[in-house]
Amino acid sequence: MDPRVKAVAAPKVLEQSFLEARSKLLDIAAILDRITRGDAAELVHQDVKISRIIEALKILQGSSAHKAEQIQKLFSLPYDANWEIPTPRY
Amino acid sequence: MQYIDPHIHMISRVTDDYHRMAQCGCVAISEPAFWAGFDRGSAEGFRDYFHHLVEVEPKRAALFGIRHFSWLCINAKEAENVSLSRDVIAMIPEFLQRPNVLGIGEIGLNKNTKNEATIFQEHMDLAAKTDELILIHTPHLEDKYKGTRMIVDMLKNDTRVKPHRVCIDHVEEHTVKLALDNGFWCGMTLYPTTKCTPARAVDIIEMVGTEKIMANSAGDWGKSDPLAVPELILEMRRRGHPETAIQKVVFENPLEFFRQSARWQEPFALLNFSK
Ligand SMILES: [Zn+2]
Repeated sequence: MDPRVKAVAAPKVLEQSFLEARSKLLDIAAILDRITRGDAAELVHQDVKISRIIEALKILQGSSAHKAEQIQKLFSLPYDANWEIPTPRY
Repeated sequence: MQYIDPHIHMISRVTDDYHRMAQCGCVAISEPAFWAGFDRGSAEGFRDYFHHLVEVEPKRAALFGIRHFSWLCINAKEAENVSLSRDVIAMIPEFLQRPNVLGIGEIGLNKNTKNEATIFQEHMDLAAKTDELILIHTPHLEDKYKGTRMIVDMLKNDTRVKPHRVCIDHVEEHTVKLALDNGFWCGMTLYPTTKCTPARAVDIIEMVGTEKIMANSAGDWGKSDPLAVPELILEMRRRGHPETAIQKVVFENPLEFFRQSARWQEPFALLNFSK
């Protein structure tokens, strides 16, 4: 950690970022509306992408201080620690 | 403020971009070898590409007082073709002693396949033999976390690797600590939609600090911003972070990492300043 780059005070962040957050939430709402309005909307219910979006919205409602990291992991493929590592040629 | 863009593909950018970057304070850039947007037909196509990286771009950059450095490899996407990759890796030593070459990069993974991992290791074998710095591309989107874990596994499995001579690039919230906690340098890429925004990059800096971390635009043939590093500078200023901390991330850190290369040359601006 670098004490010179402390996070800005919470009320100030809220003040500065409120309109941006509002705008981005509206974008997500409009994307979901667009999907609902389109033809064959029933097909997307089987698509994992929709459930990922819904899961991500649940993360936003939680109290974690690492929501961005949690959402990144939600949208990530699983890692298998037993994969076959290639052998270095010394 | 003087800054370095440690990862940008100027071959895909117009001369006006050099001009505007210089106007914004850019004094040096490094350009890793990457995917051209299409798979090249032969190793000879890479010979021409490497010639461009070591001869043409340094001259174009110098017109604007910018030092141009490059990294050589076959990128992770074309590394799926193992025999082509071996031909290209065999050709790299011909170019390694050119005055602007910093090391081997951007090697890495794309879809995290066995072939990509094989060629990643063979690049590391070359870097170990020739004692070169290594610049690493981590995969995009859903492949990033798994790919970064696999890359760290390979780096730790190779006892010749010195972490302070390796930079893991395109880190985001879920991968930054994999790089830093294992002693590697890391780069955050400020790129629309698929990578970091300047605001999220500054959030990451607030969370992990300013040691061994840098920021780049990865400007290329896609929709991208060659002035993304100045955007990060503005975002840090907007939050009231001191100039010394900003300068560490956008100038001193890449300088410290690059100065480990035998072929690093100080930016023109620094040489002139000391006259
Ligand atoms: Zn790149």
